Amino acid sequence: MTMRRFLLLPVAVTLAACTTAPSIGERAKATPSDLEAVTAVLKRDFRARGQATMDRVELDPVQRLCNLHADNPPADVARPLEEAQLKAIPFPTGGLIGDWKNGEKIAQSGRGAMWSDKPGVQQGGSCYNCHQISPKETAFGTIGPSLAGYGKTRGNRPEIQRYVYGKIYNSKAYNACSQMPRLGHSKTLNEQQIKDLVGLLLDPASPVNQ
Amino acid sequence: MRTVIGSAALALALAPAFAQQSPFAEYQRMATESAPVELFELMGEEAWKKKQGPKNVSLEQCDLGQGPGVLKGAYAALPRYFQDTDRVMDLETRLLHCMTTLQGRSREEATKRVFGNADNPSEMEVLSAYISGHSHGMPLRPGTSHPKERAAYQLGQKLFFHRAGPWDFSCASCHGEEGKRIRMSELPVLYKPQHTRPLIATWPAYRVSTSQFKTLQWRMNDCYRQMRMPEPIFTSDATVALITFMTVTAEGVPYRGPAIKR
Repeated sequence: MTMRRFLLLPVAVTLAACTTAPSIGERAKATPSDLEAVTAVLKRDFRARGQATMDRVELDPVQRLCNLHADNPPADVARPLEEAQLKAIPFPTGGLIGDWKNGEKIAQSGRGAMWSDKPGVQQGGSCYNCHQISPKETAFGTIGPSLAGYGKTRGNRPEIQRYVYGKIYNSKAYNACSQMPRLGHSKTLNEQQIKDLVGLLLDPASPVNQ
Repeated sequence: MRTVIGSAALALALAPAFAQQSPFAEYQRMATESAPVELFELMGEEAWKKKQGPKNVSLEQCDLGQGPGVLKGAYAALPRYFQDTDRVMDLETRLLHCMTTLQGRSREEATKRVFGNADNPSEMEVLSAYISGHSHGMPLRPGTSHPKERAAYQLGQKLFFHRAGPWDFSCASCHGEEGKRIRMSELPVLYKPQHTRPLIATWPAYRVSTSQFKTLQWRMNDCYRQMRMPEPIFTSDATVALITFMTVTAEGVPYRGPAIKR
């Protein structure tokens, strides 16, 4: 990743010198004024509906960084942000492996945070939308890596539990521009739900590890 | 009206090629064989000719860009800049304009129910089916020369990649990388011409999975819903910009809609 960024940099600089608009089929990089302009458009052309309130169009530092760098920020600016996100994760004390059966339900559910969802209803993690997880579920997405056999290959010692909990709570603490939602940070999932997902991935009894 | 038999035969002839591309192609092919799209086109013709609103006139004199009442090729040339409103408009935006001006209807009344359901499609949906049908087979040539058309394209491009909301999603979160799926749905990369062409060439469309006829304005709305964002206002500049961005990316593709989709 770093290598590719390094090689592409001179090309990007040259392009920026002759034109600001990328041509068809190319990925756009935003400038700070682009971000301001787009946020202003969202404020003008969108409206609050249900739980999807207008404060959702405001960018936080992680979103700003990723938009400015087309999801590929230089390490020296990404790292401090990742560290700040990691520091803000309220890791529970003790074991983090919850009930994998409930974890499976949370992984299946795509409910939550949409204007069409009832506020206050238990939200899901939408995990299967992007990941292969349990071998019993064949309708899985492929945007994220396969998590089949996750605990089988990695074990479930405390550091692994902590990593999985943290990754689900706030994926950006480990990779600033990860495509994965920050499920704890965004208050989509609560502590127990994330523990149950940790169980789904790491409990030796979970179908994921059979 | 097109011959269903002809396209079915063509689909059969192409089936082995599709099957190699994707394991879902066969399902897609089978799903598109019995096409209820013509029913929506007929309903749309009725809606087009129906006298209504305070002025009690039909939409038949609506200028969709090719002159008042000209349907042939109109959809294939949208979105485009309209001098009378000084803005870029897609089909639904222009139809709404005609409803409020020609027919004298209020925006509120005309947009009360723009997205229908399986039991009852909306006026906007059936009109879209009827009008887009008159561009079948024609290459898509959206406006690209007026400064406002170029601005709409550029805004759409920026919106497409703009990550925001509680789940940090942009359009590119799902439609930015090749060979990806959400559950069993294959995801087209909607800023690459080769992926965008077959998609834009088939909207508006009847969706087999929900038994509904759906438009591009609905598609923008439903993507933002799933992105956990607030709701884009129907026919707002942001929605038109995104539709412009994708249509220009697909420019030149022969229009094959209104079509059937999964």
